[in-house]
Formats: sequence, C-alpha cells, structure tokens
Amino acid sequence: MSSSMVTARSGDANFPSRLRAESPRYGEKIIKALLATAAAISVVTTVSIVISLLGPSISFFQDPAVTLREFFTGTQWAPSLANPSFGVLPIVVGTLMVVSFALIVAIPLGILLSIYLSEYAPKRVRKVVKPLLEVLEGLPTVAIGLFTFFWLMPTIVKLTPFLPWAGPFSIGVAGIAVGLVIIPLVSSVSDDAMRSVPRGLREGAYALGASKFEVSLKVVLPAAISGIIAAIVLGASRAVGETMVVMLVAGAGNPNLSFDPTKGIQTMTAFIGGRATGDIATGTLDYNTIFAVGSLLFFMTLAMNILAIKLVKRYREVYD
Amino acid sequence: MATLNSPLPKRSQAAALGARAVTESVFGKASVQLKVKNLAFYGILLTALTIATLSIAAILIWSIVEGHPRLDLNLLVNNPSSISPETAGYRPAILGSTYLIAGVILFIVPIGVASAVYMELFANRAKWYNRFIELNIQNLAGVPSIVFGILGLAFIVRGPLSLGFVVAAGSLTVALLVLPTVILASREAIRAVPSSILEGSLALGATLWQSVRRQVLSAAFPGILTGVILAVARAIGEAAPLLLVGAVTFVTFDPKYLEGGYSALPVMIYNYAGRPQEEFHTLAAAGILVMLLLLMSINSIAIWLRARSEQNW
Amino acid sequence: MKKNLIATLAVISASAILLSACGSSDSASEDTSAATTSEETTQETTAELSGSVRIDGSSTVAPYAEIAAELFMQENPGVQVSVATSGTGGGFEKFCNGETDGSNASRLIKDEEAAICAENGITNDNIQVANDGISVVVNIDNPIECLSIEQLNAIWTDGAALQTWGEVPGLEDSEVKDVPLKLYGPGSDSGTFGYFTEEVNGDDGLITTNFVDIGEDDNALIVGVEGELGAMGYVGWTYYNESRDQIKALQIDGGNGCVAPELENVASGDYSPLGRGLYVYASDSSLQREEVAAFFRFFLENQAEIASLAGGIPLTDAQLAENLAKLDGLLS
Repeated sequence: MSSSMVTARSGDANFPSRLRAESPRYGEKIIKALLATAAAISVVTTVSIVISLLGPSISFFQDPAVTLREFFTGTQWAPSLANPSFGVLPIVVGTLMVVSFALIVAIPLGILLSIYLSEYAPKRVRKVVKPLLEVLEGLPTVAIGLFTFFWLMPTIVKLTPFLPWAGPFSIGVAGIAVGLVIIPLVSSVSDDAMRSVPRGLREGAYALGASKFEVSLKVVLPAAISGIIAAIVLGASRAVGETMVVMLVAGAGNPNLSFDPTKGIQTMTAFIGGRATGDIATGTLDYNTIFAVGSLLFFMTLAMNILAIKLVKRYREVYD
Repeated sequence: MATLNSPLPKRSQAAALGARAVTESVFGKASVQLKVKNLAFYGILLTALTIATLSIAAILIWSIVEGHPRLDLNLLVNNPSSISPETAGYRPAILGSTYLIAGVILFIVPIGVASAVYMELFANRAKWYNRFIELNIQNLAGVPSIVFGILGLAFIVRGPLSLGFVVAAGSLTVALLVLPTVILASREAIRAVPSSILEGSLALGATLWQSVRRQVLSAAFPGILTGVILAVARAIGEAAPLLLVGAVTFVTFDPKYLEGGYSALPVMIYNYAGRPQEEFHTLAAAGILVMLLLLMSINSIAIWLRARSEQNW
Repeated sequence: MKKNLIATLAVISASAILLSACGSSDSASEDTSAATTSEETTQETTAELSGSVRIDGSSTVAPYAEIAAELFMQENPGVQVSVATSGTGGGFEKFCNGETDGSNASRLIKDEEAAICAENGITNDNIQVANDGISVVVNIDNPIECLSIEQLNAIWTDGAALQTWGEVPGLEDSEVKDVPLKLYGPGSDSGTFGYFTEEVNGDDGLITTNFVDIGEDDNALIVGVEGELGAMGYVGWTYYNESRDQIKALQIDGGNGCVAPELENVASGDYSPLGRGLYVYASDSSLQREEVAAFFRFFLENQAEIASLAGGIPLTDAQLAENLAKLDGLLS
C-alpha cells in the first residue's frame, strides 16, 4: 500500500496512440468491458450498503419520538429505556476517544518504524521486520481484544494505581489496543511514501554533511508528508471502524456523556455489534437505531476519506 | 564516518561520501552534540521496533500460556461439545473457516486483480465515473466490518441473492469486506512495475491486454500476493459480519457451500470467551492459537512464494 | 504465476481434506457406543431419523440447546442439529421468517414479534426448558445478606442516584453506610436487563442511568463486582453459580421473607419475583418434520440431565407435564 493510492496520477492512463496495435481487436474491447465490470462491483457494493442502511434509517427518523436535533446534539444515548433518549453524542465521543488514543500510539510508533525501515535498516533486517509487521497486521482482532481484556488492561491498572480505574473496562486502554492494530497500516503506507522520495534529495543532503538523523527528519519526512498524512487518515479510518476490540475492552459505558478514559464508554461500532446480536426485537424503533448509527458511521468514514484525498493533493510534492 | 550504512546503492554512496569529505574540509566536521543526537534518535527508533516486536510476542505468549492446557490433537479433530469442554475441539470451525477462505480467495483474486488492472491501465482517469470508482474503493476500505454484516444479511442471505445462511453467503460477505485491500495492494504492485516494460511490449506490437497479462501481471505478482495474504489474514479473523449472516456457534457436521449451517473460528472463540465456565476460557485461548497457526502457515507460504518471484528493477 | 496460485489453493484444500479424513464426520467422537443403546421411548419411529434441525436465539438458552443437541445426536446420528446465537430478538426475526425450526428465548415473545409470526402464518408456542434465577451479586466481603424488592427498586429505578450504601432505605445505620455504591448491569440488549427492570422497577427499560454497562459480557460483571467492596450487579444464575468463590449473592425478599437463589428455591418458585423461565419456541410447521418433533420431545424428557450438565436449574414436575402437554398440542 502506498501514498499514491490516495492520489490521482497526473496525466491520464491512455497510452500514446502510436504505441497501440493497428487493428482494434474486438477481444480487447470485450476484455476491457469485463475488467470494468469487475471494478464496478465495488460501486454495486457501496450502493447496496447505502440502500440497506438508509431505508430503516429513514423510518427511524420519521418516528415522532426522534428529532434530528436531539439525535445530533443530545447528550444522553439510551434508546432502550422506558424513557428513551436518542442523543448520539456519547457514542460518537466514544469512537473519537478510541481514535485519539489509537493515533497517540500509532503515529509515533508507525512513523518511527517507517523511518527505521526506509532509512536505517540494512537489507537483512528489513527482510525480517517487514514480515513481522505483516504478522501484526494479520492478528485476529478477537485475539487482540481478549489479550487486552485479560492481560494488558490488568497490567496497566497495576502499573498506574494513581489513576481512578473502576471496573474491568476502559476506553483508553481499548484505544491503545486499537493503536496496536493500526501500527502496521500506518507504518507500511508511510514506508512506501518515504521510499518514493527520490534518492537525489538524500544524496544531496549527505553530501552537504548532514547526519542520518537530520536527513530522516528534515529531508525525507517533509518530502513524504503527503503520504504520511494519508497513512494517518487511513489509520484513523480503520480505528473508527474497529468493532471486536472495543466490544471486548471498552464495554458499554453509561448513557451519559463522558470523557473519562479510565472508564468504559461505548463506541458506535460496539453499539451496533451488541445490538445486532442482542435481545431487542427487530423492526422496532429501538432496533432501527442500528441503521441510523450505521449510516452515521458510513458518512463519517466517507468524509474522512475525502479529506485524505484533498489533503494529499494539497501537500503533494511532485517529483516526476 | 566511513560509510553511510544506508539503502542507497554503493556508487551513489561513494559519490555522496566524496562530496561530504569536501564539505567537511571546508565547513568542519559535525559536532559532538550532533553525534549524540544521532545516537539518541537511533535509540528511539530501536525502542519503537522493540515495542512493536514485544507486543506481538506478548500476544503470542499470552495465548500459549492460557491455551496450552488444551493443546492436544483433540483440539483439531474433535467436534465442539458443551458437555465435556475438556475434550471439545474446533474441527467444524476449522473446516468452516477453510471453506470460507477458499471461497473468499476464489472471489477476490480475479475480481480484485481485474479491478486494479482496469483502474491502473485501461481506465481513462479524466472520466468522472472512473474517479468515482476510485473514491468508492478507498471508502469501502474504511467501512466497519459490521456494516458488511448488515449488507450481507439484507442482500446476500435474503433479498436478491437469497442464498440463505450458508457458507457461500458468508464467503461472499467477507470477500466484499476484504476486496478493497486486494485492489489497493494490486494497484501498488502494478504501479511499481516500470512503465518501460509495458511500453516496450506495446512497441513490439503486442496488444494492451497481451502485454498486461504476460509482462505486467507476472512482474506484479509478488505485490498482488501480498495483498491477497493481507486480505486472507483479515478474512480469517473477522467475527462480526459472520455473526450476522448466520455462522452458528454449535455445529457438529461438515460444512457444505450451499446448504446447512456452518461455523468459523473467530465466531466460536468469541462465544466461548463469554461463557461462565473456566474450561471454555481455556478453550477460547487454545482456539486463538489454532487461528494463529493457520495464519502463520498461510503467511509462510506467501513469503516463500514471494521470495521465489521477487525482482529488483 | 498461475502455477503458484494453483499451488497455494492446492495446499489449502489438501489440509482441509486431511483434517476431514482424520476426524469423525457427524457424531460426537467421545461416545459412539451410545448410539446402539438408544432409548425406545424417545423416538417416534424405530427407523433411523434423518434431516436437520436449526435452532437460533438467546445466548443464555444456547448452552441448554447445545447439550440437548449433543445428547440427541448421540442417539440419532442421522440428524444434524445446529445452534446459533443471534440473540433473542434476532432469533425471533429468523423464526418468524420461517428460517429456523426453534427459537431460544430468555423472555416471552413480544407483541410486535408475534404479529410478524402471525403475518407469515407461523403458529407457535413457547416450550419452557429450564428455570433461571436472576441473582443479585455483591462483593464477597460485603456483610449485607438480604435486600427487599423495594430496596432494590430504590437503588435501581429511573432517576435513582444513590452514592453510598447508607442511602439505601433501611441501611442507614448498617456497617456499610459509608461505602460507595457502585452498580454494574448488563446492557439494554440483554434479556436479563429487560426481565430485571420489569420485575424490580415495574417496566421494561425503566432504570437509573447510573450504572456501569457491561454490555453482554457477564464475565466482566463478575470481575467488576469482585474488585470493589461496594459493588452490586445482577446476572443469570449459571454465572453466579460458576463464580461462588469470587462473589456472593444476596437473598431477595419478594414479600415472603428472604430467599436465597439456590437451585431448590428457584425451581420451586420461592425465589420470586426474580425467577424466570428459559424457553424454546416451536412452530407447528417445523414440528411436522419428525426429526424436529423428536428433538423437542427429547429435550423435554431429558431436561433434568441437560440442566445439570449446563449448570442450570431444571423444571419442576408440574412444569414438565405442562410443557409436554403444550408440545402435544402443537403436534396435533
């Protein structure tokens, strides 16, 4: 994966006509159509997701008990109580807290790892470290979740007795665990971004007497900044969507708005996950909250992706 | 310093060192302060590496410590049992996960590579619909897995495809989830192939498809394989969407693609971890070990295949 | 390139085939001898039963259904029974769509759900398969032994915000009056939540917002209560029973004196109002298939053994007779 996946390459992909074969073979046209169909499957997927989410969401918002204003600005999320409240902010805050802690862990570690891999590591070390990161990326999230709940969380609680821990859940620790999950993503995208910085820039800096530390931080890092930003936004996007780890470690919190990282707080994904496998009767207003929150999630990640593309376009250094 | 110990090729290193010597003779050598900063930074880098390695090690060690009481052959060949969890096994879940992954691979390799080839080499990027497809795929990469579960339940299990709660439906749902990973990695791989390869082939009179098929795809194979491996790893570990499209937690018969119930490793592990009895917790940890084992073997096959076909430009 | 992909696929399919060759195929591998000594009374016909039975629903009832399935399949290896855990609500949705043959439920079907079943022509009834007693658990060092429903209501009802045990009516002078009160409870998706709020607070969903929501992770509730002197929570009986060395359960006074959540008390109905039934819903259309009917009958006739293996509470004789009658009613 690399920085260029969020950029559009300048110029178009059509090859100069003098390099094309003379007679247009109709097999070629069929093949192009087949390939386009394959690519269109992703569009069909997105459209289906939107349809499956929007239908019940619309009926959710049409219900007289729900107002758009309360949904977006209310600070109590308790759709199943006898006096239900539908303010979505508590679980949005939960998601944002997970993302923040995840980025606090993954940005430094991911970028440092990518600097090490692209600037410092000899080939033999790189051959070992890259597969190692792939293993970390492939670890099942249910394993990371159980590990965090049964070992990492108690250990952190023991090491920091001055913090007001209470109960077995913590959204801060969940965020740290999600950070571990996204480190490989951030690091490999940044690594690709750094490796695509032309050699000449580095050589020039070395020639002028710069040390490796200066070259890495003052030459390569700024040059690759667009790719690194893309890496961070991709990591954040993945952190927003992480379901299993937060279900196991962040618990379900409290219907009220809270910013306390030592306690459990529910995220949007944990809410959907718990709801969809829980005891609520389907088709009810309570159940349709799944789709409303799902739509919100979908549009949040869409906005983040568009932001990533715009940021990359703005700061991209063009070398070729 | 005599060498730069950097990834630059030897000749460039020599040139840079020569110029550096000239600069140093004019402006003086680097100060001690700078050397200390250098060393400190290197230390920080190594710390980062250690933290990453230790995390992986910690998870592995924890799984082994918690799950080792149940590491016996029974774990692999026995059926699940709520009556005697001490001898219960994951056999249907292992088979279920294997069938699911086989279905996923059968879907994502052709569709993923085809999409990547189209977007990189055949599509006119000035056209709006091609940019739309690109935005689409990037967006799909970030959609939470549970939303794919909702999609699968509405459209694959029921709705237009109406496959029912069968392995094929689970495969298709998870395949859609990991498809963007394959597409993005394949695009990178194709992009990394120097354009001279493709242009040379075209100049010699081959058609675009012939050149792509014979030159570009063979050259991009290691990168595509990486994408497939990452996708498979993610697919094996996903429980959330499978829970919605019908993976059951108790089944004692072998799965079939188009009929009957099925289970999967992450679904059973998640279920066992939530039971009150201690034996189930041990079973859950042992299940994690089984999953990790499956993952490692797939990764090793990939590394071996990649090493065989890697090329440097 | 094609060769390598084929090689990869070959390795995967080879290992799958290898695994299936090693293990047994449909029956539980520990006790194959049981098949030959099958009970005469539990089967409709003397010929081998075959077919499939699909059960889905509550994860509280699932362990009972799984054990029933295992024992049933030991005697009827030709039948494939599978049990899923989509939750009580999810189970009903599939059941009323005709997609499952039985629905595990830790609560009775709601009106909205019953309406969908009626719309789709699924005539159904609930078969009670076990009893459960919701246990109110506290820290093992907490000296309080018994609470009444009114006291529980004061602690848990909508709007309650008690900070210490001393604020509980009746406990103003107790030893724990200064101990901070910390509440733990399952999430609103849980059937336990629904039942508890209805019995203690009067309405499903009427509850204070001042508790730590453990979602569906009852193990986490045990851990939480174990760790804090002033903690209180409520769980299904099996979770309490498995954790007796970690936490203790309060006796509940439902108007007839303090009753402990012990097996006899729950089964006899003395532990009220927090005793509840665990059900599997059956539909008459599914029961037309003899393997499904045989499974339900087996489930009821062996419910004592099943409950003991699951660590739960069996039915009383009266309840058993009543439900067997219900089953016969659905079958005719």
